[in-house]
Amino acid sequence: MKSFTRLHGIAAALPTANIDTDKILAGRFLKTVTREGLGRVLFSSLREQPGFVLDQAPWNEARFLIALDNFGCGSSREHAPWALLDFGIQCIIAPSFADIFYTNCLKNGILPLKLSLLQVEHLMSLAEDPRTASMSVDLRDQILSYHGGETSFDIGAQEKNDLLNGVDEVARTLTFAASIRSHEMIRDAQRPWLAGTLRAPWETKWYNVTREDAGESR
Amino acid sequence: MLPGPRTLFQKIWDDHVVARVNGDAVLLYIDRHLVNEVTSPQAFEGLRTAGRKVRAPGATLAVADHNVSTDDRSNGITFGDPESRAQVEALERNVRAFGLPYVPLADRQQGIVHIIGPELGLTLPGGTIVCGDSHTSTHGAFGALAFGIGTSEVEHVLATQTLVQRPARAMLIRVDNELGQGVTAKDLVLHIIGTIGTGGATGHVIEFAGDAVSALDMAGRMTLCNMSIEAGARAGMIAPDQKVFDWLKTAPLAPKGGELDAALAYWQTLRSDEGALFDKVLIVDASDVSPMVTWGTSPEAVITADGIIPDPSALSDPSKRTEVAHMLNYMGLQGGDRISGTPIDVAFIGSCTNGRIEDLRAAASVIGDRRVAPGVRAMVVPGSGLVKAQAESEGLDRIFMDAGFEWREAGCSMCLGMNADRLLPGQRCASTSNRNFEGRQGPGGRTHLMSPAMVAAAALAGCIVDPRVARQ
Repeated sequence: MKSFTRLHGIAAALPTANIDTDKILAGRFLKTVTREGLGRVLFSSLREQPGFVLDQAPWNEARFLIALDNFGCGSSREHAPWALLDFGIQCIIAPSFADIFYTNCLKNGILPLKLSLLQVEHLMSLAEDPRTASMSVDLRDQILSYHGGETSFDIGAQEKNDLLNGVDEVARTLTFAASIRSHEMIRDAQRPWLAGTLRAPWETKWYNVTREDAGESR
Repeated sequence: MLPGPRTLFQKIWDDHVVARVNGDAVLLYIDRHLVNEVTSPQAFEGLRTAGRKVRAPGATLAVADHNVSTDDRSNGITFGDPESRAQVEALERNVRAFGLPYVPLADRQQGIVHIIGPELGLTLPGGTIVCGDSHTSTHGAFGALAFGIGTSEVEHVLATQTLVQRPARAMLIRVDNELGQGVTAKDLVLHIIGTIGTGGATGHVIEFAGDAVSALDMAGRMTLCNMSIEAGARAGMIAPDQKVFDWLKTAPLAPKGGELDAALAYWQTLRSDEGALFDKVLIVDASDVSPMVTWGTSPEAVITADGIIPDPSALSDPSKRTEVAHMLNYMGLQGGDRISGTPIDVAFIGSCTNGRIEDLRAAASVIGDRRVAPGVRAMVVPGSGLVKAQAESEGLDRIFMDAGFEWREAGCSMCLGMNADRLLPGQRCASTSNRNFEGRQGPGGRTHLMSPAMVAAAALAGCIVDPRVARQ
């Protein structure tokens, strides 16, 4: 995971609620096997319209995006945060986020920042004027600074720690290998039917045999 | 200390906590991992880069569904474009390299991952199931804790068979009384989303309960849980009962014999205790639910089939007025008009929401001796090869084809505009799928979500119809 400590840059306002991940990155652009290059097709349907904010200077260099409630609802596609990041957006400010999108941001070093609707509306009005559209955020101190003021914000201790340190989450979890193994042993004793016994199709036609058959064939 | 009364969600959660990580974040064990071609390539690449293996290949099942062509496969498999082929080929390379169970495209059991999981008996009560797809909530119909994840989490599960999770809040949606004649699980879930909004259950795991939920068959329960994500929920679930146990008795990979008896004893304990506390409760009277249809570009923009499209000028909230006006402009609709009678170009029956045999039977039952209206493209896409075979054994394929519907191969098809099945700009579609977002079924496409019977009725009439009027 990429780390996030502080960020300074232009903020762009998208004064809409329920911006879904299909709108952020349309389904037809999901056919990629890498994470890069999706910034070009970020918000593709909006960018077909002349005057879309992210195509105008200075917001074409935006690092912050400000939107209304339930940002990132819909599909679980991580391609949506990849596209935002590829464009240059590293902090999204909204009153609320969809759960999967929120998690996907954290995994990619994007700070999803929750503020009250009142605060968000004030920041949007600042972002609409190029002279007041610059903002800064410091994650360690949990402070967002903007033209004429600053505010603190909440974030879970786990999320903050992981973002600051750019934690390799898989590596950290692998340090729990003994606990995982012991969970599996308890599972095998108490709920053995939950143990995964599927076989690769070139080893056996697993889907045409019963579980007992699969067990005997080992 | 004895635990106090717990919700169904809390019980499954407690049984899967491996360790505490930090604060209230825990390492949660994952029993089943379903993998598709779209959200996995970067996860496998991550494993490769770090030199990691898949921890539990036997708990993992891969299948291609999003990208696949639903054209006839009797003379081989085709793809709409080279990128789709490349993604499916990448999945096939990855399952081979990492030794993962895989249902090949040519296999008769291929299908949408959320349809084949339950068919095979991979989906079990009390289990945790994840997939890089938001509609993983479908599996909650069996009393499993099932939720969608992003690609980074797919990699994490492949490598560790766990996820770092913070506890969700619990929400109870109790549906009392009986659904009326011709009112389906799809209408119920659209009614609920219309009531609480697309963010109404954010941060919560919904447990659906009550007489109207118990009365639903497994297909209806899967439709209900499937669309809980459209209300923002982390997952949707229903306490397992005899209908679940009967389903699992014939599912090939479900436990058998003595192991089944032990499992049944455990499964019977999977219900919210008397006095368990929920953070949020919604009580719905099933007799208030009508056939529903969406008019806008969010699943919460929904009205009854006999309803009037909202008129933005009648709204007092200026931001709401702008939002509704924008949706109507995109949808090419006029506020104040009746939704019934709106002409359609395409009718789509299928998807993980409504691509099961019961859905196809419901759609076929309204056809009678009528034919698809001139100028309408009507397609039926079974959710899996097994659903297709079952429908053919019942003669449903003949009923559809004789009436002018296309009878296609299994896949996600026109639900999400990734494969060759797409709307053209401006086309209007009566659809059994789950999302009516702008461009979801193809750029510029206009989606109206509704039940399978309503889509079939719309295909025959050439326009959106109120099924209760259409039947008379």
